[in-house]
Amino acid sequence: MSNIMKAFENGKAFIPFITCGDPDLTTTKACVREMQKNGADLIELGIPFSDPTAEGPVIMEANLRALTADTTTDDVFEMVRELRSGSDGGEKVTLPMVFMTYANVVFSYGSEEFISTCAEIGMDGLILPDVPFEEKMDFAPICEKYGLDLVSMIAPTSEDRIAGIARSARGFIYVVSSLGVTGVRSAITTDIGAITKLIRENTDVPCAVGFGISTPEQAEEMAAFADGAITGSAIMKIIAKEGPQAATPVGAYVKSMKDGVRRADS
Amino acid sequence: MADPKEMKPESRGRFGVHGGQYIPETLMNAVIELDEAYTHYKDDPEFQSELKTLLNEYAGRPSLLYYAQKMTEDLGGAKIYLKREDLNHTGAHKINNVLGQALLAKKMGKTRLIAETGAGQHGVATATAAALFGMECVVFMGEKDMARQALNVYKMRLLGADVVPVTTGTGTLKDAVSQAMREWTSRIADTHYCLGSVMGPHPFPTIVRDFQAVISKEIKEQMLEKEGKLPDAVIACVGGGSNAIGSFYNFINDKSVRLIGCEAAGRGIDTFETAATINTGRLGIFHGMKSYFCQDKYGQIAPVYSISAGLDYPGIGPEHAWLHDIGRAEYVPVTDDEAVNAFEYMSRQEGIIPAIESAHAVAYAMKIAPEMSKDQTIVITISGRGDKDCAAIARYRGENIDE
Repeated sequence: MSNIMKAFENGKAFIPFITCGDPDLTTTKACVREMQKNGADLIELGIPFSDPTAEGPVIMEANLRALTADTTTDDVFEMVRELRSGSDGGEKVTLPMVFMTYANVVFSYGSEEFISTCAEIGMDGLILPDVPFEEKMDFAPICEKYGLDLVSMIAPTSEDRIAGIARSARGFIYVVSSLGVTGVRSAITTDIGAITKLIRENTDVPCAVGFGISTPEQAEEMAAFADGAITGSAIMKIIAKEGPQAATPVGAYVKSMKDGVRRADS
Repeated sequence: MADPKEMKPESRGRFGVHGGQYIPETLMNAVIELDEAYTHYKDDPEFQSELKTLLNEYAGRPSLLYYAQKMTEDLGGAKIYLKREDLNHTGAHKINNVLGQALLAKKMGKTRLIAETGAGQHGVATATAAALFGMECVVFMGEKDMARQALNVYKMRLLGADVVPVTTGTGTLKDAVSQAMREWTSRIADTHYCLGSVMGPHPFPTIVRDFQAVISKEIKEQMLEKEGKLPDAVIACVGGGSNAIGSFYNFINDKSVRLIGCEAAGRGIDTFETAATINTGRLGIFHGMKSYFCQDKYGQIAPVYSISAGLDYPGIGPEHAWLHDIGRAEYVPVTDDEAVNAFEYMSRQEGIIPAIESAHAVAYAMKIAPEMSKDQTIVITISGRGDKDCAAIARYRGENIDE
């Protein structure tokens, strides 16, 4: 069984996202540990990219800050080694973790070298928002070889593609809540229930909803239709505001969101 | 249609290893719908006849193939012809593609066009077509480019388009493309993304090439009429590569014709201030396609530079990347200095002010023409007119003029 599946064993999952290296990797590590302590079930680590075309302004700026601080892919790999081993003196992170980044970050590094390193340092999966089903053969066979899950995305416009994507999904399915890019939204108008119903008719792989979820109420509402909720921009907003002191408020925020998805369980 | 449950991961729109559809899932059905519509209409006689009428009656095609006698005599080698895309309505080759895409969008029931623009030529062409077809139009343009191409910004607004400044990244063409893609993911149903070059996800590189191929179709006919033979070389500037692929396409199988793409080297390919993708980039995946890109060791897209806002792009269309791989076309770097010299040279020699983009092609022709024999011929595609560049070139020469 995929390690990612474990994230969905204890009721509805809350999945926080963080851009690595914003404002620096020490802060990222502290935030990840607080996320684990406060009930996160799976963590998405964003490797910064210069031109993140699926992101709204909040995560775009987080990427820019991380790159301005000279965060490289190798630095992020080293950070994961420290989180997994506790070699930096901090608590070991045992939760499933996936990387979220763009195709060129992986391809340019050398896809096989990148993915084999992911496996070696204890990553469980990979999300590439600019790699749709049609192009996954660049990465999926290598992920399979090294035991990583290449996560599939399903969008409000997927329609006749949902069943096909769901049937070959691994790890979990990332359901994009709305049209557009990542970022806080006041309301989500997509019929998520209809999408997740179709997914469930075609696979047992769990699905989590992301894009635009920022409040515990939204997390509860989305988790009611799915197996979990994903939040990114709201967390990166806290980090933008608090900087190196972000870990404690990020932890408190993760706790409130986990409480939100828990309410969807009862 | 096949059972959707039996979907297979098959990549579409490949040129060798290049091309594909590296875009968010949200856009997949939109590009599939576009591909299906284009496949249908490209062979539809009514569509083709409507497009031909627009190109001939509205855009002023066919464009002239002009024998540049003074340049030829001055350079003392090959006979030089200029393919005058600068004489098209709106002043550049961009209108060829835009009229095709706008007509296609209209047939698809779309009521809104969005576009990216660098120098502003594609933005002006899109705003023009939107006005003509009664469609809404939003153009994304880097804030740095808005400053250096202020006249085109005014023109787009005059034509009824909304021009949105893009402040992210380097504030140039690459960021405008990213922002247009983001906008498309947020509003798909009524909106067509009128991409301006032979780049992005399939089917754009093919659609844009087909609409620009009229350039080489005409060059071939005009050369056979004037010279009774094919040219020895066709030279065009390359950013994304739309006027170049349009100039090359109908000669790809004529192996005797040298196809030469001129990349913007900026301050030189041994500096970081360059946009010469084939000469300084490597294979990557960005903006929907696999192709060559200027990037660092970790795949971060490089902040490229050229005096020309239209060539200031870190990638190149996938078909060019393939023509390079198989050795069918040559891609050469031309610096700011060489392009500015050519801009001034052609103005004085022929009384034709080329766009600074096109001046890159002129500069390379000036290099090779003297080495060729007098019975050989070169065609330079003058992709656009240079009015928009006069203020910037004056500044380059240390003279400040009011636009």
